[in-house]
Amino acid sequence: MNFLTELSQYMMENSSELFALTIEHILMVAYGIGLALLVGVPMGIIAARFEKLAPFIISITNILQLIPSLAMLAILMLYLGLGFETMVVGLFLYSLLPIVRNTYVGIKEVDPSIMEAGKGSGMTTFQLLRKVQLPLSIPFLMAGLRVASVIAIAVACIGPYIGAEGLGKEIISGISLQSEVKIYAGAIPATILAIIADLCLGGIEKKTKKRIA
Amino acid sequence: MIQLKDINKIYDDGFQALENINLTLEEGKINVLIGPSGCGKTTTMKLLNRLTEYTDGEILVDGESIQDLNPIEIRRKMGYVIQNIGLFPHMSIYDNVATVPKLLKWDKRKIKQKVHDLLHMVNLDPETYKGRYPSELSGGQQQRIGVIRALAAEPSTILMDEPFSALDPISREQLQDELVRLQEEINKTIVFVTHDMDEAIKIADQIILMKDGHIVQKGTPHDILANPANDFVKEFLGEDRLGSTLPSTSTFVNYNYPTITTDQTTNEAIEQMTSEQIDQLPVLDGDNRLQGMVQLYDLFRQQDQLIEAVMMNTNQHISEETETNQLVDIFTQKKEKYLPYVAKDGKFIGMIEQQQVFNSLQEFYRSKRGGQ
Ligand SMILES: Nc1ncnc2c1ncn2[C@@H]1O[C@H](COP(=O)(O)OP(=O)(O)O)[C@@H](O)[C@H]1O
Ligand SMILES: [Mg+2]
Repeated sequence: MNFLTELSQYMMENSSELFALTIEHILMVAYGIGLALLVGVPMGIIAARFEKLAPFIISITNILQLIPSLAMLAILMLYLGLGFETMVVGLFLYSLLPIVRNTYVGIKEVDPSIMEAGKGSGMTTFQLLRKVQLPLSIPFLMAGLRVASVIAIAVACIGPYIGAEGLGKEIISGISLQSEVKIYAGAIPATILAIIADLCLGGIEKKTKKRIA
Repeated sequence: MIQLKDINKIYDDGFQALENINLTLEEGKINVLIGPSGCGKTTTMKLLNRLTEYTDGEILVDGESIQDLNPIEIRRKMGYVIQNIGLFPHMSIYDNVATVPKLLKWDKRKIKQKVHDLLHMVNLDPETYKGRYPSELSGGQQQRIGVIRALAAEPSTILMDEPFSALDPISREQLQDELVRLQEEINKTIVFVTHDMDEAIKIADQIILMKDGHIVQKGTPHDILANPANDFVKEFLGEDRLGSTLPSTSTFVNYNYPTITTDQTTNEAIEQMTSEQIDQLPVLDGDNRLQGMVQLYDLFRQQDQLIEAVMMNTNQHISEETETNQLVDIFTQKKEKYLPYVAKDGKFIGMIEQQQVFNSLQEFYRSKRGGQ
């Protein structure tokens, strides 16, 4: 039988299972990045506000990202046990660098004359942040988000090793069963997810940039 | 009224940007700070809304030291147009103009009314422009928005730092005219920074000329044109440029000024001066040559005499060959209100009034288009 028909037949027959895995994959990534936004944006703001802390904050997030993903997840598993949450924490740590760094750079890049206009209008430090610096750093943040999502979608594929499901489940069981069809059935949706994330967030980035330029 | 007293400003790196600045910024007037780049104009301006703090001295706003005022509140009360426009690129024109009223939590309807009025005032149709973003406007339009953003919260004082310097000459000219008109309408205290003397003379009520952190001279445009304090001021006024483009000397001459001849009597002279309401007359001989001058107050004590006997011989005159740009110098040195204007052959032509020279020069600057 032709490989492609075999693959599509397999995917059709297991469509509800694959769909559930895709949703779980997306959820892991979304939770991880959501957490990273929640923590990373304030860290980026703090780094921009207190210039002395910046090298410290940036290097910590930098080191986090240098740890090989499998090693990081294995270490997390030692403390957090197996499961979905462990994967989310791993993705969160991985996404931190692009988000912290881009928030920091975005705020730093705001044109000094625009800052002066805000300050000269009588904005408080907090109003300046909320009304000027953060909105103007959104294109940078979007760029960071895009990088973070693509990385997270890839890293999430090793989820099954630490007891989290997701599209990695198909790929990894495909490896152990030496089933080409299963590997592709996991790899194709994961790749499509990454492409969609890249295109959508890239589009939003461009749009926000255009308005501001 | 804003008063700066013995202000010194030393930046963190030890550079002394201002030294001993004493200055009163007049209420309801356009005060222009002018001087070469780096002389401390922007620094002086930023002291007023506490974007920069002075090292020592005192600044009083209506008698109150600005050290006792909250910087955030000062800034909301003083409009500020920064050197590079600085519109918020992510906000619509409406939101840009509404910045300070929103910070002050004005009622929404009041803000809307205000933004519309201001857009009308600078000839931008609110319906067309309020939803646009700064990048969709021309440089001149952006500059107008920068100016009305500073006016929105009805500040009593407006600080403007080289607001028109980046514009093409035509837009600049238009905005200068608009500012002068606006000032007559709204009567704010304006502090305006420029390095363009034409602009200063055109719009200023008071000019403050600075150099290397000092005030070199301050006064009305008239004062400065009439009595340039030193060579630096003269150079800044630009004598060369004055000479080549100014109206010729003859345009300032009053050809109908009454005269008297040496063989007439003092009584006739007194009668003529009182009926014409002037206090001096040029004395001519039979050939229309200038012989001297008589002053009304001298003649009261010397009635029934011949003019020839009592006149002051004078060689004080302006010759036909004098350039317009020299007129200012001559009047400054001679301290005379009127001087006779005399042809090459010594024949009297008319009188030139100091006041008229200065007024005409100021008018000339005001009307000059495309000044650099
Ligand atoms: N933050 C600063 N630190 C040190 N020196 C400064 C600072 N800001 C301005 N200066 C210096 O102070 C002088 C006056 O600057 P400024 O007031 O901006 O001049 P102007 O507006 O007249 O061109 C310049 O020599 C400038 O280099
Ligand atoms: Mg300046």
